[in-house]
Amino acid sequence: MSTESLRVAFGQSLVRLAYKYPNFVVFDADVAGGTCTHFFRNDFPDRFIQCGIAEQNMMSAAAGYSLSGITPFVTCYAVFASMRAVEQARNSVAYPDFNVKIVASHVGLDVGPDGVSHQALEDLAIFRAIPNFTVISPADEREVLQATEVMLRTHGPTYMRTGRSPVPDVTPADYQFKIGKGVVLKDGSEVTIVATGIMVHRAIAAAQHLKNDGINAKVVNISTIKPIDRPLLQQCASHSRFMVTCEDHNIYGGLFSSVLEAIADAPVPVYPVAVRDCFAESGEPLALAQKYGISEADIINLIKSKHN
Amino acid sequence: MARDKTAAINRIMNHDTLTLLRTKAKIIRKDVMQMLHYAGSGHPGGSLSAADIVAALYFHEMRLNPKSPNWPQRDFFVLSKGHSCPVVYAALAESGFFSKDWYNGLRHINGALQGHPDRKKTPGIEFNSGSLSQGFSFGLGRALAYKHTKDTNRVYILMGCGEQDEGQVWEGAMFGAHYKLNNVLAIVDYNQLQSDDTNDHIMMLKPLAEKWRSFGWNVFEIDGHNMEQILGAFADARGIRLKPSVIIASTIKGKGVSFMENVPKWHGSLAPTADELKLAMAELDNDQ
Ligand SMILES: Cc1ncc(C[n+]2csc(CCOP(=O)(O)OP(=O)(O)O)c2C)c(N)n1
Repeated sequence: MSTESLRVAFGQSLVRLAYKYPNFVVFDADVAGGTCTHFFRNDFPDRFIQCGIAEQNMMSAAAGYSLSGITPFVTCYAVFASMRAVEQARNSVAYPDFNVKIVASHVGLDVGPDGVSHQALEDLAIFRAIPNFTVISPADEREVLQATEVMLRTHGPTYMRTGRSPVPDVTPADYQFKIGKGVVLKDGSEVTIVATGIMVHRAIAAAQHLKNDGINAKVVNISTIKPIDRPLLQQCASHSRFMVTCEDHNIYGGLFSSVLEAIADAPVPVYPVAVRDCFAESGEPLALAQKYGISEADIINLIKSKHN
Repeated sequence: MARDKTAAINRIMNHDTLTLLRTKAKIIRKDVMQMLHYAGSGHPGGSLSAADIVAALYFHEMRLNPKSPNWPQRDFFVLSKGHSCPVVYAALAESGFFSKDWYNGLRHINGALQGHPDRKKTPGIEFNSGSLSQGFSFGLGRALAYKHTKDTNRVYILMGCGEQDEGQVWEGAMFGAHYKLNNVLAIVDYNQLQSDDTNDHIMMLKPLAEKWRSFGWNVFEIDGHNMEQILGAFADARGIRLKPSVIIASTIKGKGVSFMENVPKWHGSLAPTADELKLAMAELDNDQ
């Protein structure tokens, strides 16, 4: 049972995969300690490309580098990957359809004390809006490792977000990550909770709590935001009285929007647990989750209020 | 180095001024240590390296009104290396913009002092910096507007040396020279360290002064811990016509706290423990 942060999990995954896959390199913008690519830098200095604090140049340079057939991981904080260098990601990477893998740490309110300038609440929406991009938001260490390996085996522009706080394992030991596949982590009948990233373990805890109140909630982990698992979501919609989405992201353009789009023709209400289109502030991640409405208690209260 | 330095120094400086500014710098350093300890995270190294420059700006060079932070005649300060905000918070509190009671809210929920500057939450803060290099462009835009409205306010922008990696800095450098923004004084806190390592190892920055000169700026190269040299460059910059000025201030990251000096990990995010705080305070007290 591990409680690793997703960024540490990513850093360690790079090292573990480096032996099996000699054909990838890591680009960094002087934030290796923050994204946890420093593990890889220490063990594989020749495959580590320091770009300095210059994310836009890094993004387009990685696109050029990818023509060699060697896969570049572009790593930095999500605010800078998804906003500062996004036009480069669109025109240098996505449009020509290059095999560049962007992996960003420092996402959502989970960033905590650094505050608003570093809390990316828009990254899923942004990359989802760009053609050719696959968008991944894993939930635990196992999923990070598997997603990183799948990225190496799959061609195409990809964005993956990690995270800063330690998270418990949520996927079963025999889990197999597949791009575009959601997974039911807890069965239930009346309500479906669809969660992504660090919100998955909060959703599971909330569902367990709700059982004591006689509410039987299903929990689905959606770790590929795009392409989203439409068949699974439609099946959940047809068997639920209502659905709830959970994300550490702004309410617009992320998981809530993606789920609504996927089940637009289903006659089932969907309620969001997400940041309500505002900038937050500095603070500990849990305190922020409570103040800005994305805590475990918020999931429980929302479901209770809609259940009656 | 400025040719007219001695004349400038004689004009504006006396022993009392220098003593006052050195004392203020020491208070600022101690306050930075104290508030980062409360916060439990943050960026000590780049705050300490900039303390002498910030003391000279807030207690000598800039026109400010702590009772009226938005006073239209104020000089305009932008901390472009926003992660070093503790050093500015200390200068603002010491100037009377807000109470030092606010320190213990740094980086905590509902606090007025954010992990990176927030102009809506903290009196005296002009810009929400944190994303490196945006503060520089923001300050240049403010300066251009002062020119257009024929106002004489000066604009001071403090940048980091790692920050110079950003292309936006050089876009701004062209813009500043193109519009002859001689009401701008940029300062580079040249401590030669950035987030993970030295400039030399992360991205070669030398020759920095030549880069700025070739971009059309008037360049001062000084020791950023020498109060006479800081004030000398400030004074000389006021006399420059038709060009913006930049001070390349050689500094030591973590200056004043021996176990932080030139040690990359004290860039952050890291705060002194209770024991480290005690040690740091004792060293700062014994200094000079
Ligand atoms: C655009 C952007 N990229 C990355 C970061 C993360 N970051 C914060 S501070 C820092 C290093 C800054 O080094 P420097 O400018 O030399 O500051 P100092 O050493 O004076 O603290 C980095 C990479 C950031 N804040 N903004």
